[in-house]
Amino acid sequence: MWQWFHKLGSPRWFYHISGKFLPWLALVSVVLIVTGVVWGLAFAPQDARQGNSFRIIYIHVPASFLALAGYYVMAAAGAVGMIWKMKLADMVMVAAAPLGAALTFIALFTGAVWGKPTWGTYWIWDARITSMLVLLFLYIGIIALSRSFSTRETSARACAILALVGTVNIPIIYKSVDWWYTLHQPATIKMTGAPSMHPDMFKPLLVMILGFYCFYALVLLLNTRTEILLRESRTTWVKELAEPK
Amino acid sequence: MFQFENFDAFIAMGGHGPYVWAAYGLSLTIMAWLALAPLRRQRALLAELRQRLQAQRQRGQS
Repeated sequence: MWQWFHKLGSPRWFYHISGKFLPWLALVSVVLIVTGVVWGLAFAPQDARQGNSFRIIYIHVPASFLALAGYYVMAAAGAVGMIWKMKLADMVMVAAAPLGAALTFIALFTGAVWGKPTWGTYWIWDARITSMLVLLFLYIGIIALSRSFSTRETSARACAILALVGTVNIPIIYKSVDWWYTLHQPATIKMTGAPSMHPDMFKPLLVMILGFYCFYALVLLLNTRTEILLRESRTTWVKELAEPK
Repeated sequence: MFQFENFDAFIAMGGHGPYVWAAYGLSLTIMAWLALAPLRRQRALLAELRQRLQAQRQRGQS
């Protein structure tokens, strides 16, 4: 167990192993997302009340899921890095921030263009939407903070603390539709009970969610590898990568 | 089953075309960039390192 933990903490080992997974992860992500997009746009039945604007759900819901799950990934990596002084965990934290910010932006943007034909407005300061905007600012805050220190240790510590404090926002986002009266509809998919959605509409959504999870893993690995190359550029193994014999 | 009568109806999305296509277009563009940007950055980093190592060697020889 501890040997495994140490190995996992080695950037060189991680770079090597993740390199083997990447092509497969990329293939699975592309296949799932292309299938989901075509299915959702052209073959899923239109919604009785919302018409075709409902098709935005196939981007909106998976992006929102990963924006939230990604925050836990970032905070957990920050905590591991802080507690066990694991450098690789710090790199994962830094790698997760821009990815999470982009997914949060996608969730907000698709929500806005879906809101216009459905609610008659692009934006409203309602609890769900405002707490998602706070999430975007948290991600941007971590990115800014990670670039504003000259020493890596101080930077990693500050980011980890901000990330951990920010986790209070996540349950607020989840529960916002139940706690406050909001325009945003309650969760379509719940862990308990059947989804409140017709199976013909739900199946492409499931494909998209799986695709987004794979895509998230793919980009997180890619960003972590970039971070490894940046920080380990003085080591022999990275020099050998630059100049293969 | 294909839900639209023809290709024009598919593009129009029953009047919701601009919203649907804007959402899909921008999201997928951002996602493609998310995956490609780190690959380009890695190639640039390795190229930079290669140049630096070559420069070091040349200085060492002279």
